[in-house]
Formats: sequence, C-alpha cells, structure tokens
Amino acid sequence: MNTETQTFKGVGTPATRLYGLMAIVALGWVFLGGLFFTPEDAVQGDAVRIMYVHVPTAWIAYLAFIVTGVASACWMIGKKHSMGFDRVAGASAEVGVLFMAMTLLSGSLWGRITWGTYWVWDPRLTTTAFLFVTYIGYLAVRGLGGTAQQRARRSSVIALLAVLEIPLVHFSVVLWRSLHQRATVLSPDGDIKMDGIMLFTLLFGVFGFSVLFAWLVSHRQRIMAMQDAQQTTAIDVAVAERLKEAQA
Amino acid sequence: MSMSTSRIARAVAAKDLRIELRSRVVTNQVLPFSGLVMVMFAFALDNDDVLQRTAGGLVWLATLFSLFILVQRTFAVETYDGALDSLRVAGVNPQGIFIGKSAALFVQLLMLESVLFIAAVVLYRVNVNGSGAVLLVTCILCATAGLAFVGTLYGGLTAGARGRETLLPLLLLPVVAPVLICATRATESAFRSGGVTVGEGWPWVAVLAVFAAVFGLGGLLSFGSLIEE
Repeated sequence: MNTETQTFKGVGTPATRLYGLMAIVALGWVFLGGLFFTPEDAVQGDAVRIMYVHVPTAWIAYLAFIVTGVASACWMIGKKHSMGFDRVAGASAEVGVLFMAMTLLSGSLWGRITWGTYWVWDPRLTTTAFLFVTYIGYLAVRGLGGTAQQRARRSSVIALLAVLEIPLVHFSVVLWRSLHQRATVLSPDGDIKMDGIMLFTLLFGVFGFSVLFAWLVSHRQRIMAMQDAQQTTAIDVAVAERLKEAQA
Repeated sequence: MSMSTSRIARAVAAKDLRIELRSRVVTNQVLPFSGLVMVMFAFALDNDDVLQRTAGGLVWLATLFSLFILVQRTFAVETYDGALDSLRVAGVNPQGIFIGKSAALFVQLLMLESVLFIAAVVLYRVNVNGSGAVLLVTCILCATAGLAFVGTLYGGLTAGARGRETLLPLLLLPVVAPVLICATRATESAFRSGGVTVGEGWPWVAVLAVFAAVFGLGGLLSFGSLIEE
C-alpha cells in the first residue's frame, strides 16, 4: 500500500490567480459604476442600482445549476465515473445556492422599493425559490456521508431528478398563476430603458460574476479533492505511523 | 433462476400490504393522524365558508403530511434487519422493487385519501355532483400515482442513507409541489368551490398524469443506483 501522502500546496494556480484578478477588476468597476457613474433610472430612481448585482447573480445561479446537471450527467454516463465531474457538480451547486440566496435577497429588496412588497407569487419568483430549496436538499444529500463514490452516485441521481422537477414546478406555477389570478406586476426587467453606461455596467457585472463563479468553483472543487484524498489516505497514514511506533 | 420484473413487483407489493394488514400501522396511526390534521385545519381557519372554499387544498396538504410518514414506514420495514441489502445481494431486479413498493404505497395512500375526502364532506361541508365525482376520482388516481412514485424514489434514497429521516421532507416537499398545486385546483373544480366549474379541472389532471409518468419513468431508471450502496 502506498504510504506516501500526496501533498498539496494551496489550491491556486497561475490560471486561477489570473481570473481571480479579473474578477476583482470587473467587480470593482461594477461597484464604482453601479453606485456612482451610472445615472438613476427615470422610473425606479436609485433602486435600479440593485439590478447590477441582481441580474448577474441570478444568471450565475441558473448557470451553476445547469453546470451541476451537466456534470452529474457526465459522471453518470462516463465509463470511468470520474470523480472530477462529481466535485465540479457539488462545487457548482454550492456556489449556485450562494448566488441564488443573493438573487432572492436583492430581488426582494428591489421589490420592496419598486412594487411595495418583498414578494409576489410570480411564476419566475416562485420557481426560483423552489430551485433554491431543491439545491439545498441536493447539498444535504451530498453531506450524507459514506464514500466519495456513494456520494457521487446519490447526488448525481438527485441532480438529474431536479432537472425533471424544475420544469414541472415552473409549468404548474405558470398554470396556477395564469388560471387563478393574473400576474399584476410588470415583468421585473422588461421595460427598463437602458442608458449606454447602464448596459455596460450590467454586462460587466455579468462578466465579473461569471469569472468569480469560475474562480470559486475551481477552488472549491480542489478543496473537495483534498478532502477526498485526506479521507482515503488518512487510514494509510495512521497505519504507517503505528507500524513505525511498533518498529521503534 | 431469475424472476420476471412483474412477479417481483407483485411479490414486493403483496409483502408490504401483508405487513400493513398484520401490523395496522397505517390504519391505527397514520389515519387518525391525518384525521387530526383535518380537525386542526378547522381550528386554525375557524370559518365555515373558508373551510368549504379551501377544502381541496386542505385534503391534499393532509395527504402530503401523511405521505412523509407512510414513506418512512414503507422503508423502515426494509431497513430493519437489512432486508433491502438482502434483496440486493439476492440480485432482485431493483425495477421490480420500485414498482412493487410504489404499488403498495399507492394502495395505502388511496385508502387514506378516501377517508380524508369523506371527512371533507362531513367536516368541511363540500358536495360533489356526478361529473365532479368522475373528475375527482381521476384526479385522485393520477395524483396518488405521482405521489407513490416520488415517495418511493426519495424514500429509497434516504433509506440507503440510514438514519437521516429528517432529510425526506426537505427533498420531497419541493418535488411534490406540482402535485399539490394541480390536485388542489382539480379538486376545487370537482367541489365547485369559489365558482369554478367541473370542466376547468381537467387540464390540471393532465398535468398530474404527466407528473406521474415522468417520475414513474425516472424511478424505473434511477432506483437501482439509489439503493445500491
């Protein structure tokens, strides 16, 4: 048995440092542009500034769950059941839950200012909330314990079932709202007339948060790899130490 | 010699129902619990008109609460003495187990729901006409099939991860939300609550049928890898 422990020196690489820096620059611009350089909206006033965070985080949250679904499918279909896919799926879901929480929080604050209420039973909002809860459940399944293979098998099934579930939830909520009560609110970002610098800041926000997402996921999945390695090598190390003690 | 999937399914379903007939856990514990929930709703809402108007939703909520208990029960009998492990080691086709356990859960849920609907008529003063009854029965059958499939699927997952029963409601509740929405709307149509007509209920039943088909298929494909450890 191999008693040499694999050594890891941090989880950064030149590539992650590069896009970490890019994320800082982009988000720095979003901070300055969003709060100071962009004008206030004719209708929404200063509330429109929430959009520079809300729209990118929403987009990243959805992207994260798509990545989780695709990575889970890759794990399942792949002949080797490569654990890298499982770790990317898990890391992406964690970051997705974080961003979805930010989306829901910033959205409800915006709603309070603009609509006068924190929450409306709009299909999009309701589906988003369900997505949030579903992936909290997914993370709970990942935390059930057992070997990395058990975790990968269980969580990939849950991720793929969520892919079945979310369209059904969305469809039934749409049907519920449309037959039951007309949605009385304007679409959250439907009729915003965008100034050039506003659009630029928004797109930069999407870019910055996307790079941040990539940075977080690549670090998180490497930490997971270390944790998995620690789990599998911990016993070997302990055995080797006891053997040494016995020989001494 | 390997048994056909349908024979395995029938054997598993018969076993589960026989256990219920002899232990009477559903009849003596789950059924009184769901009846109590119906009474508690009346205490909480405290208004005859509101109760009559919301009866459909309340029946389905009571059903969902009972579903958690039923699913935990149906897998508790499998994890005592490692019965599920034995089935797996014996090479029993997991699709057969899935169909069998879903069928037994379906029968138990149906029994529970019929009592709850009678309770709704008695306690919440709803009434159903002929065409409403046809809608109601179809709705119950489709919704219950969907609930039985997802219940078995997620029950199998949490049974595999022993000792984490608290996880089941967290996983199951978001998934069954479409059933709650659609079954409630269809039932309200059958009861004609709030001025809706019976005909308006049928599109909802269609969604329930799609839900049952999707999760029935999903369960057949994935149940094996969920219970396999």
